Amino acid sequence: MNPIVIALIALGATGLLAAVLLYVVAQKFKVEEDPRIDLVQEVLPGANCGGCGFAGCRALAEACCKADTLEGLLCPVGGQETMAKVGDILGLAPVASEPMVAVVRCNGTCQARARNSEYDGTRSCKIVNSLYVGETACPFGCLGCGDCVAACQFGAISINPETGLPEVDDDKCTSCGACVKACPRHIIELRKKGPKNRRIFVSCVNKDKGAIARKACLNACIGCGKCEKECKFDAIHVENNVAYIDFTKCRMCRKCVAACPTGAIHELNFPPKPAPKPQETEAQPAAAQPQPADPKPQTVVAPQPAAEAQPAAQPVTPATESAAESQQAVTPQPQTETKTDNVNTED
Amino acid sequence: MNTFSIGGVHPQDNKQYSAHKKIVEVPLPQKAIVPLSQHIGAPAKPIVAKGDKVLVGQLIAEAGGFVSANIHSPVSGTVTKVDTTLDAWGMRVPAIFIDVEGDDWISEADRTPAVNRICKLEPQQIIEKVKNAGIVGLGGACFPTHVKLMPPPGKKAEVLIVNGVECEPYLTCDHQLMLEHGEEIVVGIQILMKALGIARAVIGIEKNKPDAIENMRKLAAHTLGVSVQPLDLKYPQGGEKQLIDACIGRQVPSGALPIEVGAVVDNVATIYAVYQAVQKNIPLVSRVVTVTGKEVARPGNYLVRFGTPVADIIDFAGGVPENTGKIVGGGPMMGRAMSRLDMPANKRVSGLLLIPESEARRTDPANCIRCAKCVGACPMGLEPYLLSKLASLSRWDEMEKHNVMDCIDCGCCQFTCPSYRPLLDYIRMGKAEVGGLIRARAAKK
Repeated sequence: MNPIVIALIALGATGLLAAVLLYVVAQKFKVEEDPRIDLVQEVLPGANCGGCGFAGCRALAEACCKADTLEGLLCPVGGQETMAKVGDILGLAPVASEPMVAVVRCNGTCQARARNSEYDGTRSCKIVNSLYVGETACPFGCLGCGDCVAACQFGAISINPETGLPEVDDDKCTSCGACVKACPRHIIELRKKGPKNRRIFVSCVNKDKGAIARKACLNACIGCGKCEKECKFDAIHVENNVAYIDFTKCRMCRKCVAACPTGAIHELNFPPKPAPKPQETEAQPAAAQPQPADPKPQTVVAPQPAAEAQPAAQPVTPATESAAESQQAVTPQPQTETKTDNVNTED
Repeated sequence: MNTFSIGGVHPQDNKQYSAHKKIVEVPLPQKAIVPLSQHIGAPAKPIVAKGDKVLVGQLIAEAGGFVSANIHSPVSGTVTKVDTTLDAWGMRVPAIFIDVEGDDWISEADRTPAVNRICKLEPQQIIEKVKNAGIVGLGGACFPTHVKLMPPPGKKAEVLIVNGVECEPYLTCDHQLMLEHGEEIVVGIQILMKALGIARAVIGIEKNKPDAIENMRKLAAHTLGVSVQPLDLKYPQGGEKQLIDACIGRQVPSGALPIEVGAVVDNVATIYAVYQAVQKNIPLVSRVVTVTGKEVARPGNYLVRFGTPVADIIDFAGGVPENTGKIVGGGPMMGRAMSRLDMPANKRVSGLLLIPESEARRTDPANCIRCAKCVGACPMGLEPYLLSKLASLSRWDEMEKHNVMDCIDCGCCQFTCPSYRPLLDYIRMGKAEVGGLIRARAAKK
């Protein structure tokens, strides 16, 4: 016989045998998988950010298919819309959930916090935090190296060069929580997005006593408790010298914003106050310079930019309550650069 | 000549500025601030209150656990408050504030310069005295010395290794101590040998200190079992594991303590403190600090009471030169830049290095060129390029597998990197994270 024919037959026979073997093995050790997992995974965004608390989109899809209800299962990136689609596939009713957004709770702008040292090591918040207090005197505030920016997969967070603080883009933020985990100082928090993106929060996490906190940063929460007294809904509590607004109880009356002597409470996306007080026009330019000797106790809140996340770029005039403190407080040094101590960090 | 077997670098030693400068006492401060955490381990617990009168050497804070150390008042006066202060890096630490009045010592302290050679105490009594005196390793790590003197059951110390290497550039405090107080150090070595029940001690000194080698040789000549081992120059020879390798040729396994190979390592400054505590009843209230730098007016070795503000010490040495860019606590390799100068001197501060602005800045890092110089330089046999990359990617499990916990923070990798990559920054951060994970795992068990 022709050797070529022999080779062909031998090869064909081996191939057939292998095919049969493979088929048998495949049937024997077949892994039964819910076909719906693939369908669910398809409607999930595929960012694999881990914001849902699972290892990735596939893991969430598996969990959804196993669960009896969709309670506690939420894709923060896709939100309600995606969960409704998942519910359709699985025949489960979607559970209503509040949309959330990342909020940066530090308003220690370059003006408010004088730099007293210069860091020339690796630009990483985590490393700076493990080394020392940071370039300013506040041991709780934002370090400004942008670990949160690097952690965000959606480009929703960026450092404002003017304030040196991160700002969150409400529309892009998917509340996956990556920035919350990345921040070594636990400044970023996921809060209720609120009606029309309106939010009120204490933009400070400084747990030092009032006088110390104020020395480190003009915009710090001093834990005076005025907001706590002002709040009729029991939403604000001062603990460890810092106020916290419970967003589940807050009714957005904005009384606390006006009561805060340091401007640490921020309101976002509210329309400007309807009737401006007569002093306001005067107080605006005065904010950047030392106050006149004897201002009457007054409360002026600089109107917030309508859509942007962090209003901290504009100086907020603190209400002058105790004369001595206010005198010190309303004298911000705009030229913080020149005051920089020549002591550096990191060898 | 001996040295350790793997890795190491040769930084310029720059010891000429302060070498052979006699130890000078820095005047007492007006107000002393004594931090309660001057050692590795739990902070000490204060036992004095506002208004109490204290004497120099009086116990003011008790050790807060087994791995902790007593703290004694470095000055005499009135306690004004027990509060918090800021450390060199701006972090709040508990401290005792004392207004200084005169310089009255506790009655049992013997402050005469005569050397007391005879020690009749039992080993247990010696360890007790060392513990009560609050002695910690003055080489930099501040590990409580009494813990080292009590080997865990089943382990036996065989040799005491005395660290007179001072491999850190610029620092000269140990060198000067060996020249001026060599006799006391030899007595201290004998005391520790007695406490450990061993017959052999090796004093390791690098050969850039020939006068110290000669002095110690002369003094130890008639002491049985004590020998001086001159060592080749190489950083980080003063590292515990490197020094054991260099002096007696034994390698401490990964993750183990020196006692595993029968060695106990103590710095000469620690041994001098042991002598003071055991023979003179003087607890650890002061240490020699090198103040140095290229532009410092009076660089030298200064005897500093703990609690003296760093700014006062620098003023005594001629003040901060105008063009200073960085003030480092410790040496240039392992020390850390300070962000404030009102912090008090403590057991940790072995040197104050004032670096001129022109040398203070880091060079911008470039890409890794895979030259593996860092691998060759690492004295612990690690792969720094890999560890730093893993740390920047937060891959802690892999870092642990690659033995990141063996890293001794010596900085050889970063020193040797031709691309000026911040290798140690990342490794240190990763080490802290991995350490936290290991502790969490141990707590779960």
